[in-house]
Amino acid sequence: MIKVNGIPVEAEGKTILEYLETTNYDKKRIAIERNGEIVPKALYESTMLNDGDTLEVVSFVGGG
Amino acid sequence: MQENNIRNNPNDNTLNNDPLTIGGHKFSSRFILGSGKYSLHLIEAAVRDAGAEIITLAVRRANTKEQENILDFIPEGVTLLPNTSGARNAQEAVRIARLARELGCGDFVKIEIMRDMKYLLPDNAETIKATEILAKEGFVVMPYMYPDLNVARDLVNAGAASIMPLASPIGSNKGLTTKEFIQILIDEIDLPIIVDAGIGAPSQACEAMEMGAAAIMANTALATAGDLPLMASAFRKAIEAGRQAYLSGLGRVLVRGAAASDPLTGFLRDE
Repeated sequence: MIKVNGIPVEAEGKTILEYLETTNYDKKRIAIERNGEIVPKALYESTMLNDGDTLEVVSFVGGG
Repeated sequence: MQENNIRNNPNDNTLNNDPLTIGGHKFSSRFILGSGKYSLHLIEAAVRDAGAEIITLAVRRANTKEQENILDFIPEGVTLLPNTSGARNAQEAVRIARLARELGCGDFVKIEIMRDMKYLLPDNAETIKATEILAKEGFVVMPYMYPDLNVARDLVNAGAASIMPLASPIGSNKGLTTKEFIQILIDEIDLPIIVDAGIGAPSQACEAMEMGAAAIMANTALATAGDLPLMASAFRKAIEAGRQAYLSGLGRVLVRGAAASDPLTGFLRDE
């Protein structure tokens, strides 16, 4: 089990890219932190998700 | 009679030869637009009618349900200014700023750090810390702050590209309640002073610009207006008017008495 934006998800054993392809996240419009470290887009394909990992997936929204 | 008070052609003055420079980037607009609390579908009209070249954004957890992304609604060529809203200390602000940069839309960041959720006042001490870290990392740092001269000097030393003092509490539309202290920053700090938060009406924006503010940032004033694009246009004109008045130099104020504008001779009577 990993956590994505606070929600438990079964994605261990997948790469970040493989996980994203199971979701509706727009890959061009997000940034990802894995266990508190930013994962550059170029590394989505080679970064493996391990049991207990925490992902934050963020994007821009309206703000002041 | 003053003969020497025609210094510039106003049309040649404010818009073309008077750029706003922030972190080495030049802008002709002095109106920074917020994008919060209104429909994404109004952003294009708001940017157009505001004449805005900078728009603020927030960073939040991404949503897999909504298919619309705000970046698709912002016209090309507009500089994005992500804020660090939600940050409660310098560390959280730095984290949000880095994520914002990873989103791939430039190096600008507006630091916004709040511990107090009732009045939403910025934490000046943490803001100085975050400014120092992010400026060293190459960000164009625009800290939102409570107007305090000592803090503003610390922010300059920390590498800020502008200073963004609040006019009154965020979202209050109350206007320049900190006027005297913003004036001190304008007079003493050699960076653009951009009045942020609490400006609720074009007249207030104009007044801040007449004082010498470099630019105005507004969001709630537009988001809560009856007709958002129309209010964006009104703000634009007020900000341009205020800037021209500042560049002109305001006429003097008499402490007491009056001064006729008409000749004091040649009255139509015999005396």
